[in-house]
Amino acid sequence: MGNMVKEKNSLLDVKNLRTSFNNGKAKMEVVRGIDFNVQKGEILGIVGESGSGKSVMVKSILGIIPNNAKVDAGEIILDGKHIENLSKKEKRAIRGRDIAMIFQDPMTALNPLKKAGDHLIELLTRVRGMSKKEAKLEAIELLKMVGIPSPETRVDQYPHEFSGGMRQRVLIAMALACSPKLLIADEPTTALDVTIQAQILELLKKLQKENDMSVVFITHDLGVVATICSRILVMYAGMVMEEGLVNEIFYSPKHPYTKALLNSIPRVDGEKMRLKPIKGSAPSLQNIKNGCPFAERCEFAMDKCFKEVPEYKRFSATQKCMCFLTGEGDNLDD
Amino acid sequence: MTETKEKLIEVNNLKKYFPLKTSLFSKNKQVVKAVDDVSFHIFKGETFGLVGESGCGKSTLGRTLNRLYDPTSGEIQFDGKDIANLNNKELQPYRKRMQMIFQDPYSSLNPYMNVEEIIDEPLEIHTTLLKSERKEVITDILEKVGLKKEDMEKFPHEFSGGQRQRIGIARALAINPEFIICDEAISALDVSIQAQVINMLEDLQSEMKLTYLFVAHDLSMVRHISDRIGVMYLGKIVEISKSDELYHKPLHPYTQALLSAIPIPDPIKAQNSKREIITGELPSPIEMETGCRFRSRCPFAKPICAEVDPQMKQVDGEHFVACHLY
Amino acid sequence: MAGKKNRRIKQFKDELKRNKTAAIALIFLILILLISIFAFLSPYPPDQVDVTSVLQGPSADHWFGTDELGRDYFTRALFGGRISLTVGILAMLISTSIGVLVGTISGYFGGRIDNFLMRSVDVISSIPWMILVTVVSIYLTPGLKAIILVIGLFTWMSTARLVRAETLSVKEREYVLYAKSSGQSLPKVIIKHIIPAVFPTFIVASTVSIANAILMESALSFLGLGIQQPLSSWGSMLQNAQGNLGNAPYMAILPGLLIVLTVYSFNRLGDILRAVVEPKTSGK
Repeated sequence: MGNMVKEKNSLLDVKNLRTSFNNGKAKMEVVRGIDFNVQKGEILGIVGESGSGKSVMVKSILGIIPNNAKVDAGEIILDGKHIENLSKKEKRAIRGRDIAMIFQDPMTALNPLKKAGDHLIELLTRVRGMSKKEAKLEAIELLKMVGIPSPETRVDQYPHEFSGGMRQRVLIAMALACSPKLLIADEPTTALDVTIQAQILELLKKLQKENDMSVVFITHDLGVVATICSRILVMYAGMVMEEGLVNEIFYSPKHPYTKALLNSIPRVDGEKMRLKPIKGSAPSLQNIKNGCPFAERCEFAMDKCFKEVPEYKRFSATQKCMCFLTGEGDNLDD
Repeated sequence: MTETKEKLIEVNNLKKYFPLKTSLFSKNKQVVKAVDDVSFHIFKGETFGLVGESGCGKSTLGRTLNRLYDPTSGEIQFDGKDIANLNNKELQPYRKRMQMIFQDPYSSLNPYMNVEEIIDEPLEIHTTLLKSERKEVITDILEKVGLKKEDMEKFPHEFSGGQRQRIGIARALAINPEFIICDEAISALDVSIQAQVINMLEDLQSEMKLTYLFVAHDLSMVRHISDRIGVMYLGKIVEISKSDELYHKPLHPYTQALLSAIPIPDPIKAQNSKREIITGELPSPIEMETGCRFRSRCPFAKPICAEVDPQMKQVDGEHFVACHLY
Repeated sequence: MAGKKNRRIKQFKDELKRNKTAAIALIFLILILLISIFAFLSPYPPDQVDVTSVLQGPSADHWFGTDELGRDYFTRALFGGRISLTVGILAMLISTSIGVLVGTISGYFGGRIDNFLMRSVDVISSIPWMILVTVVSIYLTPGLKAIILVIGLFTWMSTARLVRAETLSVKEREYVLYAKSSGQSLPKVIIKHIIPAVFPTFIVASTVSIANAILMESALSFLGLGIQQPLSSWGSMLQNAQGNLGNAPYMAILPGLLIVLTVYSFNRLGDILRAVVEPKTSGK
């Protein structure tokens, strides 16, 4: 269970989380036994391709999964308190106060009939018990903090008058309104252009430092992770393949999937080379086979890989990996 | 070297304006200048990348090139013949020579048709082959894109995103075209699948002697696949250069900003790189005034930028830029 | 192609299993259809007047009694079903053909054509249909043909609107753009790509419009503008029943119940058909 120092410092601990979908005919295990923790003041990146279960996983933590999904098992400990068995109402309170979330699509997350400021004011009066007047002043302050120019007039504008990047800023302001301990960002820049993405990433970094909160940043973009995260979980088919500090993951990856993923992206810097894709496509979650989920696409797969799921092996205090190939402390690079 | 290359596509002063929907009674007609006075050329056998942020008009340019849209004015030379003003009937032989691959693997294939019917569509339009002969062609092309003969009977929903994109590519290649417009062809795919598709496009290019126009917003992919790149901003091409040179020596302030905004998948470099983050956002293409379009966000804007629209200048060799700094 | 059909049939069966009320509705419709077709098997001709047995109550001979002219009421209801269904189906064919045509053209071409067609739709739908029908029936001799035409010609507007909205979104899909960019001819683009995509909408619209046509026919006949004696439809039977409501209330129940159940069943049928004809768009 990791070392003691880590436990003490950790804000969120998730143990053996399992979530499945039931579409009437078949059960799909989307999150298959995940352990991780988020430490105070860090930005944790969760990387994975579509279908890796990264979004469902954080939604399970927050208790906002769709109706046909079910959390089957798992312990969720926020700041020393178990929250997995809380009622819906109690969970909602946590979502407003302790954990905030921003989503991928800034277009649909705001109510088009409500002014941008009213979203904030409603939140501030409800959660922080401010009067309307105070709330409006605070809303303007928040909009200023997330870098929206002339917040005094913007506060009275409707979402359609904002561009995509500006809307994402409003959502960030909403997330920060109640000074949460943990901010969960689910692909917050995927729908944005690169120049706007750069602005938002910079903003998130700055706000994380200023407010000393923890951030869980979900993305499929390795470039984004390298830019903003300090630690990374690499997910595949509902499991964590590898976990480590950002430098460990990028400079000494242990899992064949992590390596393959890093090799498959083109680099803007350096020489042009032929890309090395990962063969095949992501496995179906409907009929899960035995063994390592990546075995089918892995170039090093052995017979054993198709039969049993590998145990985690630890390489440093911070890095662990789920693969038969690598021994503890081994280096696979050669 | 370059002088001996033959141009397949040559675009001169191409404009595509869309009328803005106005009420029945309003008099002043506003237009969106999606493509505004663009000139460039594509050599035979090369890959020309077109990058820019959403709303810059890169997709419109691609769609105007293959006459999905009628150009407002300007010339589109295809293999020496201006196709900008041809009618549908006159265009037919050119349509056989240029094909398109789309972004969304979910909406680019008709869900009511099976793979055979989907790939058969261009064959039926452009060849006089019998049904059985067409089936042979389809079998061959499916194999080329890494699908099986049995897949012919299947429907699009039975495939993954990457496989669907392969079907889209097979459809485009079935009639042996010369020019392919890839409109964000890999943007919707997963990282590991993108690489598969890119490699396949590269292989097919050398095998079938194809010329690509690769429209995308992912600069690292565009750099990887393109020989030359055009950077678009609000309906204008602001810089054209060989792809390596563009990345090593970007001239236009917008290109510089765009490149420095790309997140580098290398934590040490990412932390050390001085990122020039441009402020502000894309202005609306409706409220276009005189002068350089980028000046509202440009850190180097001078008085002249507000008055004179910069023209494309040749800086050296094949490097062109439209900026008053040069 | 065979695969496509089998899949549809399988989906249809699955849907029926899942949706019990729809299954009942379907069975009911088939029953009504069979009964209307085989109505002639009834021992009584529908318009045989029998003055010796006027306004009899239900009995073993006459299950639902007889009307004021001594005609067997049950037989008349069976034949009435024939008329009602004929009106419903034919009027639906007219109205959905016009609706799909206008909707597709309007949505696909857009611009001035769209403006013109949609404004015409607005104008036609703004006239209360009862007035329209009354005026039209002055010119046409009231009867089966007139009522089919009247209903068919003045109910296509909602179908047109639905189909137009669908077409607007379909024509921007990339497979339609591909077909256009490949030089596919206009009629083929519409037949191969647009129509199949609006088909689910069309199916629902047509079942609903059968139901509506039956209702309208009943209403018109009830007002005496529709089916004329000696023919009967469920609506005209209701009108007859009105006069005898005091002493023979059951005369209103039979045709009334048939109308309600048939209309309801057609509406339910639309739901399952939609689920069947709509393609899966993703593998998930």
